[in-house]
Amino acid sequence: MDFSALNPVSLMVSLMIAATPILLAAVGELVVEKSGVLNLGVEGMMIIGAIAGFAISVETGNPWVGMLAAMVAGAVLALIFGFMTQFLMSNQVATGLALTLFGLGMAALLGQSYGGMKPPRTPRLDIPVLSDLPIVGPILFSHDVMIYMSIALVAGVWYFLNRTRAGLVLRAVGENHDAAHSLGYNVVMIRLAAIAFGGACAGLGGAYLSLVRVPQWTEGMTAGAGWIALAIVVFASWKPWRLILGAYLFGGVTILQLNLQAMGIGISAAYLSMTPYLITIIVMVIISADRRRASMNAPASLGRNFHASH
Amino acid sequence: MKFTKTLAAATALALGLGGAAIAQTKAGFIYVGPPTDFGWSYEHDQGRLAVEEAFGDMVETSFVASVPEGADAERVMTQMALGGADIIFSTSFGYMDPTLNVAAKFPNVKFEHATGYKRADNVSTYSARFYEGRHVIGLIAGRMTETNTVGYIASFPIPEVVRGINAAYLAAKSVNPDVQFKVVWVYTWFDPGKEADAANALIEQGADVIMQHTDSPAAMTIAEEKGIFAFGQASDMMQFGPNARLSSIIDNWAPYYISRVQAVMDGTWESMDTWDGIKPGMVGIGEFSDKIPADVQAEAQAAVDAIVAGTLHPFTGPINKQDGSVWLAAGETADDGTLAGMNFYVEGIEGELPN
Amino acid sequence: MLRLEPRRQPSKTMRWLTPILAVAITMVMGGVLFAAMGQNPFAAIKIIFLDPFFHETFGPYSRSQLLVKAGPLILIATGLSIGFRAGVWNIGAEGQFVMGAIAGGAVGLALYPADGIWVLPLMTIAGALGGMAWAMIPAFLKIKFNTNEILVSLMLVYVAYNFLAAMVTGPLKSPDGFGFPESRSFTAVDSTSLPMVYEPLGMHAGVLVAIGVVIAAYVMMERHLLGFQIRLTGESPRAARFAGVNPALIVAVTLGISGALAGMAGLFEVTGPAGKLTTNFPVGYGFTAIIVAFLGRLNPIGIVLAGLLMALTYIGGELAQLSLGIPAAAINVFQGMMLFFLLAVDVFVNYRLVWKKEVK
Repeated sequence: MDFSALNPVSLMVSLMIAATPILLAAVGELVVEKSGVLNLGVEGMMIIGAIAGFAISVETGNPWVGMLAAMVAGAVLALIFGFMTQFLMSNQVATGLALTLFGLGMAALLGQSYGGMKPPRTPRLDIPVLSDLPIVGPILFSHDVMIYMSIALVAGVWYFLNRTRAGLVLRAVGENHDAAHSLGYNVVMIRLAAIAFGGACAGLGGAYLSLVRVPQWTEGMTAGAGWIALAIVVFASWKPWRLILGAYLFGGVTILQLNLQAMGIGISAAYLSMTPYLITIIVMVIISADRRRASMNAPASLGRNFHASH
Repeated sequence: MKFTKTLAAATALALGLGGAAIAQTKAGFIYVGPPTDFGWSYEHDQGRLAVEEAFGDMVETSFVASVPEGADAERVMTQMALGGADIIFSTSFGYMDPTLNVAAKFPNVKFEHATGYKRADNVSTYSARFYEGRHVIGLIAGRMTETNTVGYIASFPIPEVVRGINAAYLAAKSVNPDVQFKVVWVYTWFDPGKEADAANALIEQGADVIMQHTDSPAAMTIAEEKGIFAFGQASDMMQFGPNARLSSIIDNWAPYYISRVQAVMDGTWESMDTWDGIKPGMVGIGEFSDKIPADVQAEAQAAVDAIVAGTLHPFTGPINKQDGSVWLAAGETADDGTLAGMNFYVEGIEGELPN
Repeated sequence: MLRLEPRRQPSKTMRWLTPILAVAITMVMGGVLFAAMGQNPFAAIKIIFLDPFFHETFGPYSRSQLLVKAGPLILIATGLSIGFRAGVWNIGAEGQFVMGAIAGGAVGLALYPADGIWVLPLMTIAGALGGMAWAMIPAFLKIKFNTNEILVSLMLVYVAYNFLAAMVTGPLKSPDGFGFPESRSFTAVDSTSLPMVYEPLGMHAGVLVAIGVVIAAYVMMERHLLGFQIRLTGESPRAARFAGVNPALIVAVTLGISGALAGMAGLFEVTGPAGKLTTNFPVGYGFTAIIVAFLGRLNPIGIVLAGLLMALTYIGGELAQLSLGIPAAAINVFQGMMLFFLLAVDVFVNYRLVWKKEVK
């Protein structure tokens, strides 16, 4: 066992890269759930974003255009879910699952001709003095733009939900949609907007996977990241800043177990691979067990369909 | 039963037309992954395309990709056989039992099972002596590493993978006694995300040369980004690592596939086990990159030539097993049987073989 | 403008018409999809839906494979539907499937090379218990800590996959297998092999069990008190509580049943079609069964039909790959579309479309 070979700085860097796609998707889903809708189709939206981002980047040679395309693709897919659950009153759980299945299949189909291609490189930040600082440099100042953006997004969502009127209205819709409706707010439109936002974020997270983290396109490359994002929203008790903690924790465990293997630790690789999921369960239990905290944060109308009777 | 009749009809058709020059031989291929993986399945598909090109109108090929090992594989092969295939190539170890089951039902169809060890009258097995290629790239890795750490991304702890690790390690050690191998088991043949993560973990542990026994170019891409070296696996992977790629092990199934289809057409096909290496062309060594100094290139080329000439066997004693017990005496070379069932690390490799 | 108006009573005709309507729309949209891919839409639809039954070469074999594919789907979906009707969302059936196979398989391997007609039933019971135990984890966590069962059961799927890898590379690995990550073959020995009841239709013992389970589920849900309590909990949780239904019991029972059925299906799969425990014998039945449950409207009879329909798309899809070169992914899109359209036209059961004039 050779702990001296473990490089904490590059570990931290890898961890942040691993956590970002999940963080992006989770932020979007948090907003959706705050408005009272449970969208289980995050996995489908992420992978559609992954292929859309990849394909458009390759076609245009510009990764930023690709990421934009990914956001649009994710939002469009999410709006199908939105239409079905808000206008056709379909069951949210089933529709979310259908979205995942459809998204996975559609992405695989669209991605047929893109396997094995290299996307244009996403530039990394390179501030002259700051990036070269010994420890702080790589961890804080040398990432690609998306990592900074994901943290900025979390800050933005926090500000929106807690300090703006629109955010308050959104939260009200999530807590009691009948009351919000009787106050004159258009519940359906607000939820649709939230759903579209969630889709765009998930799409962006998926594009990050295919353009930065791997970077390649493969069928099914999200490998459950969408579901992890859903778990992280619960982990965070629907509070934006806690999302970062959850995403980094999960990303961290994933990266750590590979490093432990490489160090020659005798624990079987299969058992080590289980750890991120087991830790997620344990954390979810701890969070939900605290009934007071949990019930104060889960939007009361989460998952219930709204139908205007007039 | 109904399909015996159909089978008889199909066979009669195939046999009856077998002699005529305009007869069409049908070859079916079943892949465990997508032919666009730029790795294992890609090379098998290249073999299929070579067959099409070699025989033109006389042979019709078809393929089904991404077939899970197990019941689905059995069904796909049965449908291929029902559809009139004369020879079916099942290109993954996990297709073994399904292949044998279908072969039993269709005695007049020939089956070629890659990397398997069970045969029948109408089932042949074939594999490549990848370990010969591992020896060559092991030499290069041993010379090129500056941190004396080589990272190895391994899929499943099966003999073929263990052979590769051992062969590469022995070769690297022979030119660099301080070299260390770090192995990460990803338990998948193809998962670019996991492979990329594994590559990163190994790099974080100090590896500056990466080898893999998985099917995607993810590790090569990461190596390129991080500015370290790597070797292409199954296919050259040059476009993924123009600076990183030192060389590669290339699976070249074309000559074997063409000769087997020819045998079916000539009626000379017989069940056999083929384990070919560099000499017959089944294992190709990718062009040496300019980054490799001339003397190392010469050393590697000499090894290739020696293997082809038969004067060098990658597993030549004295070699001990990891637990210290003697495996090969000085000058003794490993026999195919032990190699086929290899389930131990050689002495010097750290870490336990998952078992 | 067009508005949706609630019906006084759910429409009975629509209940039966909507699945047929959904499949019809899917066929049309699927045809459009295939046309966009450059294929002849009619040929493609014919190959997927009709050839498995009627094609002269492929028909007999394909027909025999329908039940092989549909059996596990129906078995798992029936269990899931019981939970879904109570509002308990077991999304982790795939994990229970795997754990049941491991548990039952381990029993079989431990008894190797025992002979006797009691071996397979014992393995089946072990499989059911294994799946049930795995499902009890989310049940317990939900009852005690109010943890969301969707996410827990789902995380446990990934844990189960990894556990399977650990088992077949370690304790359960076959000593005669040259070190390859798989168990001994169950089909090689009579006592552990799933018997085939009627070959031309591919009806193995597991399919018979599935049929029995469907009947039992129907009787329980429609006639038994427990079934009534389950349905009440799903439709009106408050009314159920006032009626004295113990919500914890419902959670435990529904998750237990669906886990046990999924575990049994897993055991049948490794002693039958898959033949042994390997790292990739699970092909996603646990997830597909969720779709089958919804397509079948959470009703045992509907589930049988939906299971057969899904199996048809799988088998037809393979034929389409073989004959037309249509990629496997297209079939998944197809299946996703089917579910979408079903959920979409479902609205007409409870609502009707009316044209209302705007009153200003």
